[in-house]
This record gives sequence, structure tokens and C-alpha cells, in this order.
Amino acid sequence: MSPNPSPDSAALAESTVETPKGTSRRQFVGYVLAGTTLAVTADVAWETAAPSTANAAVSPIPGSTTFSDHYDFLDLYRDSCVPTNHHLKIEMTPDGKALFAIPRQEAGQGITTSFAQVIADELDMPLENVVCTLADGRPELVWNQLTGGSTSHFSLWIPMKVMAATARTALASAAAEKWNVPVSLVTTRDGACFGPNGEMATYGSLSELAAAKATKPLDVKLKTKPGKYVGQSIGRVDAIDIVQGRKHFAMDLQIPNAMPTMVCRPPTLNGTVQSIENLDQVKAMPGVTDVGAISRGVAVRARTFGQCIDAIRALRVTWGAGTADQENNDSLTEKVKSVLLPMAPALPGQEVLEETYVVHYRSGSPLETNCAVANVEGDKAEVWGGHNMPIVTLQRIALLLDIPEDNVIVHCTTAGGSFGRHLFSDASYEAVEASKLFGKPVRLMYHRTDDVRHGRMHPMMVNHIRATKAGNSVTGFTMSSSGSACDWTHGLGEIISGSATAQDPRLGFSGNKEMGNLSISMGFYQLVTTVPYNFGPTNVYLNEVFAYDYLPTSAVRNVYSPDTAVSRELFVSKLADSFGMDDYEFRRAFARDDKMIAVLDKVAEAGNWGRTMPAGTAQALAYHEEYQCKIACLMEIDARPAMVNRKIREAYTGPRITKAIMGVDIGKAINPRNVQANLMGGCMDGIAQALTASCHIEDGLPLEGSWDNYRYTRQWNVPYVFECHVMPDNREIGGGAGETGVAASEGAAAIAWARAKNQWPTEIPVNFRDPLGYVVKSRIPPIPQSPINGRRFAR
Amino acid sequence: MAKHSFVLNGKKVSVNIENNVRMLWVLRDVLNVRGPKYGCGIRVCQACTSHLNGKHFNPCSVPVSDIKATDRITTIEGLAKTAKKKGPNGLHPVQEAWIKYDVAQCGYCQAGQIMAATALINRVKKTGRKISEADLDTLRNVCRCGTYPRVREAVKYAATKM
Repeated sequence: MSPNPSPDSAALAESTVETPKGTSRRQFVGYVLAGTTLAVTADVAWETAAPSTANAAVSPIPGSTTFSDHYDFLDLYRDSCVPTNHHLKIEMTPDGKALFAIPRQEAGQGITTSFAQVIADELDMPLENVVCTLADGRPELVWNQLTGGSTSHFSLWIPMKVMAATARTALASAAAEKWNVPVSLVTTRDGACFGPNGEMATYGSLSELAAAKATKPLDVKLKTKPGKYVGQSIGRVDAIDIVQGRKHFAMDLQIPNAMPTMVCRPPTLNGTVQSIENLDQVKAMPGVTDVGAISRGVAVRARTFGQCIDAIRALRVTWGAGTADQENNDSLTEKVKSVLLPMAPALPGQEVLEETYVVHYRSGSPLETNCAVANVEGDKAEVWGGHNMPIVTLQRIALLLDIPEDNVIVHCTTAGGSFGRHLFSDASYEAVEASKLFGKPVRLMYHRTDDVRHGRMHPMMVNHIRATKAGNSVTGFTMSSSGSACDWTHGLGEIISGSATAQDPRLGFSGNKEMGNLSISMGFYQLVTTVPYNFGPTNVYLNEVFAYDYLPTSAVRNVYSPDTAVSRELFVSKLADSFGMDDYEFRRAFARDDKMIAVLDKVAEAGNWGRTMPAGTAQALAYHEEYQCKIACLMEIDARPAMVNRKIREAYTGPRITKAIMGVDIGKAINPRNVQANLMGGCMDGIAQALTASCHIEDGLPLEGSWDNYRYTRQWNVPYVFECHVMPDNREIGGGAGETGVAASEGAAAIAWARAKNQWPTEIPVNFRDPLGYVVKSRIPPIPQSPINGRRFAR
Repeated sequence: MAKHSFVLNGKKVSVNIENNVRMLWVLRDVLNVRGPKYGCGIRVCQACTSHLNGKHFNPCSVPVSDIKATDRITTIEGLAKTAKKKGPNGLHPVQEAWIKYDVAQCGYCQAGQIMAATALINRVKKTGRKISEADLDTLRNVCRCGTYPRVREAVKYAATKM
């Protein structure tokens, strides 16, 4: 390869380097875009190398691997981005800042920091000069603007590095030209180029010279040595803003005249407005500017949100039926069980172990409630909010308002959590409707009670598991899963795939609300589900019941895996018992590969596995792998009366996980502290889902209406000791950790409970049948009033 | 509508609004002070936690008519100014601890966490005790990202610097 890139040459053949771990490409072609200052892109088709057999997942019995063991959602999403990667660009400003608008959502998983690390290293720049923002919805990106499945880094790994390398190469070439020296004698470091005779020029000063008049290809070589940032525990780039209240979320934006707006919602899910009895009186209430029916309820706009709440509570509305008015948890469970696909009969003479686990609905609410700012003016619309799927949001708004897509702008704000909730832009659609109806900008926000009740839930699932034994072997493992339909009608983030999923008749599809969605559910399940043990012939499959919008659901953090994993891991521990082995020994003996064993060993050692535990306490260990990440979790639980009988106001105490030790092999940790943070979050989530948190549905509505009703983990449920051990890197491609922590943690928490109580649960969370322990909030009015006695509690 | 005045982050402010409007909306919707966050509005999640005359209070549950002209309200934006000993970033020890331990993830709950933690440390200090696990269990602030263990570490550390 010539050291002097030749702008007129066609793309040159890439050279590949064989390593024991598989091919490792270094040579690529990037592009310098036409412009006055430097901008670069990459148009690279790439795939991660299949690991050599020395490191490949071991499959000792033919046919026991699942689809996801060979090609998973990370692979699929990486490939979905290939056609439009060339629409992304890094820009170098004259004042030396590298700008990149990430086509992904930042919701706390830390990608604005980690993308900056990747760019800074490959570009040889100080981190503080790399500015990563969140791109507006860009329909030309098609499937390349979806956030989910821990895919952000994986899907863009090589394209990001090639772009940054192209910028570095172009800047070095410009410096070489400026100093009349060979480019091989130009080095780059800390945002500047250095020549052989002491010359120095900052990137900013070279940006115009490095720019191209017409887009041209450039041969670039990725760096081989580790840089300053990737692999380091860099603090979050927005930490200083956060602690001073300077980080802005959607409702913090100052959009002129976008006044507080809330919606009066029906007493049952998906109910509709039939008539409003006292519209004029409510319109006249203090602060109120507008009141009117939209598709999901009655919208109220007022000077303050408090006055919206007053108005909503005063509204008298006649409601039409919802979609599931007769349903409660038991009726729903029966329907979900009824679609469990059958298993082939066990062979005669085999010892059969079998169990069926019910995992109930959970809330998908983050702390920031569903919210969005919208301004619809004539045939134009502009929206601000946290969007995981901004393209389909933009397109659906265009469809809703019957205006061209070019007239819709969707801005993506950093979100106060998502956990899958922002896969759908429910607040954005409502805000657009309200703004159109009122002819004014609106700042629309769900009340907490609305968010828990009407916000999308993690759908329930039933897992029927069977294993067969013969001698010292497990001779087969089958998991038949059935679920309450998970709504996938966002598709791959744009309207064609979304409408095909929904079978939307407006776009010429059949209108069948079950089949299109079911095909995606089944496909996604196969892209993420495996059984990480040598259990012989292994089968996993999913069926679902209901139209996609029968109940409001979405993929919530880790999607199906919290449910399949808690079921599988409880079952595996029961299997372990039947072999006379403990959680650790058994999983180790039936492990599929060395990496799994290494992670199991790590937590067992760090957590002092096997130590004597007092009666009423227990240790447990669980394992999960997904999104090309392997995680083991050791937990200790205290279920003794002193712990369980703690009296805390409006709290669910119960047994407490006192220690949680996690081990993670993420392949390549871009920011180890951030990996640990994501896993800590997943652990808190897993504890909640196993032990304390669920939606109790009655007469077509979840009863829970606040964080003191919906028992998500609180400080009194938190382990005193939490550790997360990140295994050394063993691959090139950066890994994602936003989701996988939930599954292993949920398994460990459930097993810990089982061991401490000496009973195997089959209904999750384990406290589901306990008395509610809280006063249920009214359905009409749909939201509670704010207290007035707060001053009394100042302390 | 009536005029209500109070001291906000060291400056006297006035608003014209109905008596029953809760302080959270006065701060966010009228005065555009948006550090304190809405998480529930019913004094459960603690995302709005700020200080009233140096004490933990939840503005979502206090009508503006309950606030006197001499009351001093501090939101997250004004915390650093109140610190007797500022840290390396020029901030309050609790804010500095939050940076040291990289506590935040999405950050939505953290203003409330920091204000609640500050008040907790001040209360415990008055008793002459050290922060205990039981003290940390009294922090009701919800964090859906699950940063709780880091919050605990940061509070313990901040207490040693106050």
C-alpha cells in the first residue's frame, strides 16, 4: 500500500491480517467529503470475524446450539446499518473540535462519553475536544438510528474508527503538504500534527487545507496500539453538569410559549373519550389555556403543571370501553398459558424434570415520565423528546398530520432513563395532537400515575421447561415460552418495517394485528435466546397471544431474557440439586466454553463461594450470556425475621440481597467503570424483578400508581456490598452492557430466595401473591392531587 | 392570584400566582429554575428534593402560600454557593463526591439525591454519629438506573469532607 494516498485511485484492495483470534482488518478506505472544512465518512461493509475454533463456543453435541449462538441481534443490527453508514460524518471545526452527531439515544448508558473515547483515540485528540451530540431524526439513515439491544458501539465500531482514521490521515496529509515533507514523517498527537523539523500545526488550523473540493476516497490504516482513552474508566462527560442541575432533559428546554400540558386518561387501558360534560367550566379554571379531546384522552394546557392536574381532576368525561376491561393477572396468565407450544414427548426410560414458570407484567417506566415538546404550525411540526426511534417517529408524525416528512423535525434530547420505554414516542404523538388541536406549542408530560398505569409494560411470560437426564448427563433441554404480545411495531426504526410489523392497512398491509408482530417476536427471541450449557439437544421457542396493542407493552430492558433467564436459572439450580452439586460446581461442569468458566470462577472466588451461611441466609450463583457478553452473578440473601420484618413507611422490605458480585466478559470494555455502572443498574433491576416488583392488573388497569406502589428497588433493598469484575479484553469490537446485567441478576436473586426459604418459586416476582400493602389510587379522577402538607416534613 | 416573595438561591424573587400552586411548579414553570425534577408530584420519589432554610423539603407538596418572604429556598443550582469548604471543582463536598465516584447515569434523579444526601449528612452530623447503613436506608430517592450502591459510597465519603 502506497504511503502517499492517491486521491484519484479507485478503492484499493484491503489487506487482511490473520491472527489466532481470526482475521483482523486494519486497512480500509475512508472518504473526505466535499466542503470548506474537513468532514469525513466511511462506507464499509464489515463483519466480526468468527472466532477460531480455539475460542469458539463449544458445541459438543450436534444440534444443541441455538440460532443466536451463530447470528444474534448484534450481528443483525450491525448489518442493518451498513447501507447507510456513509451518511454519518465527523467534522473538524477551525477551532479544533471534532463533532459527531450520534444516531443513537443517550439515556444514561453513557454513549456520549464512550463514543468520544473511541473517536479521541483513533483521531489522536484530547477527549475534551471531541463533542458528541444526539442527531435529530434523519430518515435517510433508514435502520441506522435505533437504540436498543446493547448495539450502539457494536453496530458502528469499524465505521467510527474508519471515519476518525480518515480525519487523522487527511489532517496529516494536509500538514505534509503545508510543510513539504513526506506524510510518513508527520505524526499526530493531542489534536495536532508534528513535522520532522519541529513543525507543529493544530487540527483546527489544518481543517480548511484538509478539506476536499469533491468527495474523494482515502486509504487509511487503523491504529494498532491502545490509545489514551479506550479501556480507561473515564468519568462521564456530563457529570459536572448533572451535579449542578445543568443537564437538560426534554421538560427543561425553554421553547417559547410551550406551556405545560397533561392528559386526562381513561379508567381502563386504551379507553376512549366519548364526551366531556364540563368542558367550559374546566377551560375557565385558573391558569388553563386550552382543553380538548385527543386520541388517548382529554388534553389540558395551563400555565403550570399543577394547574393541569387541578383541571384533569375536575374533568367529567364519559369514557368508551378499553381493550382489556375484563382482564386481571389470572385471566391474562390463563390466556398466555393457552398458547404455549407443545413439546415433543420424552423418550421412554428417561428421567424427566419439568417446571412451568410464570413471570408477571412489570412497569417499563423510567424516572423521567413520558414527555415531549411539540410545536405544530400550519403544515410544519417540530418535536423535542427522548427518542430511541426518531425516524419512525418523524414518519408517523408526518402521516398523522398528513404533511411531508421534510416538514417534520424530531430533536433527540438526552433522556432520564429509557429501559425500552422510548422505543415508542407516545408522548411525542400526543404532544403533536395537542399542539395541532390547540394551535399552540405544548410541553406535554405524563403524570407518574399515568406513566405506571398507561405507560408500556414489560409483557408477562410463561416458560415451560423440561430437561431429561440419563446417568451423569443431561440428555436434552427444551424451553417453550409464551408471552403476552410484545409490541414491536416500531420495526427497525423506520416506517416500512414498522408498518409491516403492525400490518398497517394505511400502508397497504393486511390489518392483522397479531401475525406481523408475532413474526418479529419469534424472530427476535431466536436472535437473543440461548441455553449456555452442554445439555444435549436444546430447543427454545416462543409463541405470543393478543394483538400488539391489546395492552400497552414494549421491549423493556433485556426484553425476553429476564423472564427466560430467571426461569432457566431456577431450573438449572434444581437440576444441580438433582446431581448433588451446588450452583457453581454444576454450572462449571456443564459450561460450554473457557470464557464462561473463567467468569464463573471469578465471581466464585471474589464472592467466597461455599462459605458457611447462617440459617435463614443463603448464597446463590447464576449465569447468562447474550449480546456477546458473558455474565455470572453471585448473591447472598438475608431472609431472617429481623431483616424481613423491618418496618419502613410505605415500603416493601422483605428478604434483602446483602451481597452481589458480578463478573462480566464483555469482549472489549471501552470504559470499564461505565460497564460496571450498567451492570450495577442491571443488578438493581434484576433484584426488583425477582423479588419485589410487578403490575397487579385488575379490571383492565394496573393498580400501581407510584414508586411506593410499584416496588422497584429502593435503598432498603440494596446490597451492602456490590462488586463488578470486568474480565480482560479478548476481542477487537467494543461491547455493550446496557441490558445483559438484568438476566443473570434476576436468576441469582430468585435462586438465593429459593435457597434461603427452602422452596422453589414458580411465580415471579416471589412476592406477587402478597397483600398489596398500599392504598390503590382512584381511577376517576385518574391522577392523585399533590399533597399540601409538605412543609411539615422539612428535615 | 397573589404576589408571593421568597429568597431563592440567595436572591429575592417574587411571583404572581394562585395560592395553591405547589412550589415545584413555581420554580420550574414560572421561574424557569429546572434543576429540581418532576418524578411523581406526590412526595414519594424525592426527585424534586431541595432545601428550605437548609432542610430537606419536597416542593411538589408545598403550596406557594406556605412560603414566607423570609424563607430561603436552595435548589441544586444554588448548592455550591452554600458550601463552607469547596472541593477541587469549586463545588459542595457532596457534589464533589458525586463526581469522584461517577455516581450519575442518566442524571435525572441526581439533583434530588444530592440535596437529600446533603440534608442527611447535616442531620447525622448534629448527632455526632458517623453515617451508618441504616442512615443510608432512609434515603427514599428513587433511581431507576440503579446507582444506589454508588450513592451510598459517595454519601459516606462526602460526610468525611463536611
